[in-house]
Amino acid sequence: MRPLLRSRTSTARRGMLYRGTLYLPKYDGARATSAAVRLRPADRGFVNFARKNASFYVRAVRGGSPGWRLTPAPPSLTRKRMNLKGKLAIAGLGVTAQGKVYDRSHVGFAVEAVRLALADAGLEREDLDGLLLNPGLAWGTAAMGSFMLQQALGLRNLRLSAAMNLGGATAGAMVQQAALAIAAGMCTTVACVFSDRPLKPPEEQRGRGEGSGSAASYAFARGLDAAYGQFGINAMYAMVARRHMHVYGTTQDHLGAVAVAQRRWANMNAAAQFHDRPLTLAEYHASRWVVEPFHVLDCCLVSNGGIAVIVTSAERARSLRRPPVYLWGMGQGHPGGEPAETLTSGAVLAGATALRMAGVEPRDVDVCELYDCYTFTVLVTLEDYGFCAKGESGPFVAAGHTAPGGSLPVNTGGGQLSSSYMWGMTPLAEAVLQARGEAGDRQVARRDVVLVSGNGGLLSTHSTLVLSPLPS
Amino acid sequence: MSDARTAQRPVPEIEPALAPFFAAARERRLVVQRCAGCGALRFPPREICSGCLATAATWVPVSGRGEVFSYNVMHQVYHPGFASEVPYAVVVVKLTEGPKMVSNLVDCPPREIRIGMPVEVTFEELSPEVTLPKFRRAL
Repeated sequence: MRPLLRSRTSTARRGMLYRGTLYLPKYDGARATSAAVRLRPADRGFVNFARKNASFYVRAVRGGSPGWRLTPAPPSLTRKRMNLKGKLAIAGLGVTAQGKVYDRSHVGFAVEAVRLALADAGLEREDLDGLLLNPGLAWGTAAMGSFMLQQALGLRNLRLSAAMNLGGATAGAMVQQAALAIAAGMCTTVACVFSDRPLKPPEEQRGRGEGSGSAASYAFARGLDAAYGQFGINAMYAMVARRHMHVYGTTQDHLGAVAVAQRRWANMNAAAQFHDRPLTLAEYHASRWVVEPFHVLDCCLVSNGGIAVIVTSAERARSLRRPPVYLWGMGQGHPGGEPAETLTSGAVLAGATALRMAGVEPRDVDVCELYDCYTFTVLVTLEDYGFCAKGESGPFVAAGHTAPGGSLPVNTGGGQLSSSYMWGMTPLAEAVLQARGEAGDRQVARRDVVLVSGNGGLLSTHSTLVLSPLPS
Repeated sequence: MSDARTAQRPVPEIEPALAPFFAAARERRLVVQRCAGCGALRFPPREICSGCLATAATWVPVSGRGEVFSYNVMHQVYHPGFASEVPYAVVVVKLTEGPKMVSNLVDCPPREIRIGMPVEVTFEELSPEVTLPKFRRAL
């Protein structure tokens, strides 16, 4: 192993091993790993060499043979940063009834979730001075959703309010926004809430024919796509998954292994919608197709309900009812471009940022709660965080690593495939339970470092949280 | 509720941004947008080039040849016009010139579709106004 680069301008020798994480604007073949990386002639872009808690950013430029010219990144990336690790915490969690429940509106579910989260934390409404809302589909295009929710909750004198939408990455992004605002002194205690009610009760569905069920909620299409029969997000993800199968040899069995592993976790979670339904790989293969290569069991549930968390300072959290879940690291990554080309998500950037802040590496992570809109999303996310090499997630999951008893428990409540779909709030809620040690039958033994991911759009947006029951 | 056997597949509205595309398709020509700033070809059209942010663009003919970049096979019916067609495949074709297009392959059962398969454009007349470019296996 070569020593880390010390000077502001250095030369890294091609083919030599360096310790750190390599990020490339063009992700093909790049390893998102904190293990040693080897610079190759085609590599260019940001190279992050992390040592202990310090980071050294350099920009690698293809220079004259045989070396690489490495120049410092912009000062904004190298300046000493405010260290927020362990300074903020999740102090409360509220989860309403989930799934085919129709007794509340989307606003009602949000109010209920915040009420439950406050009660969990041992806080009163008056203690809240921030409200962040991720409006689900049922909120439609309602302007100023967080204000609507403020009024519904009877909250006065908020110091922070916003409706945020990065799709499935919003849950993590709301916690990050709350943490930043609290650290900056803008406010002290923020509720972050998601709610939705895409499912209609059976009596309202009658007579509407095709497309009134759960699938219709996400089947938006217009113009040329509709003319070609390309409907909805299922069809779009299927295109990317098929590419991954073609490029990396990922198989239908690999996708099925994700569904089966998560179902085994769900079977230990009484709150999971598929709690009582064991699943074999053969049953997975026999389940109906939605859009190949996705069986219905490759796709997340569609659920009604709401989830909220309360974010506050670590100091305040220590005085409250529940054991604090400390925020160790946070990051976002929004790669842009075409995911079908790169087969890569924002987890590369978001993960590196969050893990650096937390001062940990992928191998230090004890349990993962990964955004699972599809089985495929779990695979690509595992790769992009560096839990396995690019393209090797299928065999990694098929070997049982993510299942109960495996080396890296993933989606321990059954996830959005088998428990409930609250966009990114489902993984976040499970992470809070695991970090507190309150996950009952499915509680993992080691829970010092819990990684939560959120993914929105078509691998378009990504957020990462690193959580821990320990302050540092 | 429409009868699945008689329901029509959706005929796209000719929105202004796609008017040159449909005008060319009526003449059985395939065109894509070409940025006047950087020369990049793009489809679907954009108001402003995402590569160089230039606003000017023209429509230029392409060969109509390419290969299957990816595909899916739709089993669920989201529109009654497709009820009698499931399972049907939707493909992404990567044109020889670079841009990608969502489309369908004609005369090719889903089971025979392979990524990398060479294809060429063909045209399907949906209405007097709308002709839809599709693709077929190229020899």
